[in-house]
Amino acid sequence: MEMLNIKINGKDYQVEKNTTILEACHQFGIKIPTLCYLKDINEIGACRMCLCEVKGARSLVAACVYPIDREGTEILTNTPQIQKYRKTNLELLLSNHDKKCLSCPRSNSCELQQLCLEYGVDEVAFRGEETHYEEDHTTLHLVRNNNKCILCRRCVAACKEQFVSVIGANNRGFDTSVGCAFDQDLHNVACVSCGQCTVVCPTGALVERDDTDKVFAAIADPTKHVVVHTAPSIRATLGECFDMPIGTNVKGKMVAALKMLGFDKVFDTNFGADLTIMEEGTEFIQRVQNGGTLPMITSCSPGWVKFCEHYYPDLIPHLSTCKSPQQMQGAMIKSYYAEKAGIDPKDIVVVSVMPCVAKKFEIQRDDQGRDGMQDNDISISTRELAKMIKKAGVQFTALPDEEFDPLMAIGSGAGTIFGATGGVMEAALRTVADKLTGEDLKTIDYNDVRGTDPIKEATYDVAGMQVKVAVTSGLKNAAKLLDEIRAGKSPYQFIEVMCCPGGCVNGGGQPIQPGHVRNFTDLKALRAKALYEDDLSLEYRKSHDNPEIKAIYDEYLGEPGSHLAHELLHTSYVKRKKN
Amino acid sequence: MQKKISSIPFKGTPEQEEKLKESIARHMDDPGAVMPVLQEAQEIYGYLPIEVQTMVAEGLGVSLEEVYGVSTFYSQFALSPKGKYNISVCLGTACYVKGSGDILNKISEELGIGAEECTADGQFSLTACRCIGACGLAPVITVNDDVYGRLTVDDIPYIINKYKNA
Repeated sequence: MEMLNIKINGKDYQVEKNTTILEACHQFGIKIPTLCYLKDINEIGACRMCLCEVKGARSLVAACVYPIDREGTEILTNTPQIQKYRKTNLELLLSNHDKKCLSCPRSNSCELQQLCLEYGVDEVAFRGEETHYEEDHTTLHLVRNNNKCILCRRCVAACKEQFVSVIGANNRGFDTSVGCAFDQDLHNVACVSCGQCTVVCPTGALVERDDTDKVFAAIADPTKHVVVHTAPSIRATLGECFDMPIGTNVKGKMVAALKMLGFDKVFDTNFGADLTIMEEGTEFIQRVQNGGTLPMITSCSPGWVKFCEHYYPDLIPHLSTCKSPQQMQGAMIKSYYAEKAGIDPKDIVVVSVMPCVAKKFEIQRDDQGRDGMQDNDISISTRELAKMIKKAGVQFTALPDEEFDPLMAIGSGAGTIFGATGGVMEAALRTVADKLTGEDLKTIDYNDVRGTDPIKEATYDVAGMQVKVAVTSGLKNAAKLLDEIRAGKSPYQFIEVMCCPGGCVNGGGQPIQPGHVRNFTDLKALRAKALYEDDLSLEYRKSHDNPEIKAIYDEYLGEPGSHLAHELLHTSYVKRKKN
Repeated sequence: MQKKISSIPFKGTPEQEEKLKESIARHMDDPGAVMPVLQEAQEIYGYLPIEVQTMVAEGLGVSLEEVYGVSTFYSQFALSPKGKYNISVCLGTACYVKGSGDILNKISEELGIGAEECTADGQFSLTACRCIGACGLAPVITVNDDVYGRLTVDDIPYIINKYKNA
């Protein structure tokens, strides 16, 4: 490793050769403003916010893509001239921006707004022609408003990273806009609904569909019994919306807040995750023993399922028929819980809180729900829940811890780790190994499938059988495993795929962290850590040990894979078009 | 200028499709294959409707949006077919100061189409072009290979009628 002696703003430092100015400055505690830069996926030097001066260079340079490769490089990051250039850049962006900050869903979390504040811009410094675009409200999961777009292309990069690429920059110069081929609505193209574009958008151009008013209305309706359940990863991320450190487990406060919001019951989707393992584990054993289609691939992630339907429809038989935990939980609330509580399921409104915006799509899929009722009525993201808590005036950080409501209060450690990539596989292995050996195995940490590597693989000896598994997250990585299957070369029996890189902790509905945090923080790992710690702290760490899961099979479903279980907990998929 | 998307039904022949497939196969392994394939596709079909771009995208294994992005970035690519009569209005400097902007607007009004569009019956298309080197005749338009110079807006209905009745 070659080290170079450099000067930044007159001070001496040492950096590794070819470090970019942006990274070097970060190391030494200087934040350079960026708008377009996203580490590894969008390093295009387009927005010119990060302009810095390198002594001897012909002009100012873009810090995000300028490698320091010379001994004695002298860098200036904050001269009056640089400040003026950056301010002018912002004012030029504003000259064709709708500037409706007060009504913008990203007000206060907008990176453009924040920089405008820091640089003290004149919002009407340049008056000229403005473009006007229709908002795209055609999808269930997000809203696109190009009047707020600054053409940074972060969404385009995120979409490409997902191997989807249904959005890109169209036309040229002043007419450039981010959109779909032939100006189609998002609804008409093969968008998988992952919402990664909404997480990386620095402004309000791409935001999740806000369903919070529907939830408030349901709670206010005295004829409705409103039940909420929260996905495993929400406890690890919700705190970020209240300025708590990344990776804080806020389970108790979250439950307390939901009760204060007025939900009639607050359940844990970890219960649904455990149920998924019971069904999926059984399905896997049956496929192995009866010569079913292998590898079997998990089906918890609705963005991944939609991707498979659009881009690899020939591989649908590999998908587990299990519904996702969200859907299983909803189905059980409207059947098992409704019966126990003596409430007509038609009067129950099930609200799910998910790390995901594809869940908004999933709740209305065909072959889910029954008797004309959806399993879940409204699905909101972590961000929307935070919005509700703030609107209701609930002082989140000061809340005491409370517990989930019984019947679906208990989630095992296996359920909780569903929120991180590898979690579903590990949870399934814990149960499958016990089932096949007939023992209560003590070694239950499957470390090979943990972590944020793009593709993880391992072979386990389960009751004398060699089980070869693979775990992946992010659709670009999934595509590699799928191409192997297509080519007939897949060595695996069981594959876990999560749509979003890192799994649900990094889902499209999770709290938005600005570029300068995302670029220098391993969000996925920090958030996942909270879940693995939660797993360790729990009394039950295997899905089949969960007493409420035992009870639901004893009292209601019978055996995993029973007729009733199939009717309520399994589903089917459809082939969709790519173009 | 934002490119207009044609609503005229696509009429491709199996021969054209065969040629396009050859072009895709030839460029398959080239880096940046989208550009040359689109150029050849335009030579084959005369323009690049969604049907053609979809074939290019699927053939090269890239997304349709990526192909569309390229096709709308470069002015050489057309999303609308050329009509039986293509009217080209010179917007070069000399023609422009002599009022070719008004000429373009008048033709657009007469035909009911904008620049880079084609009438629904496929008879006329309208193009705004750069200097064609006939500045002495400004403002100039061409209809296929016929050149008309020193025009006023009042000349336009007469010229269009001539081709309508041809």
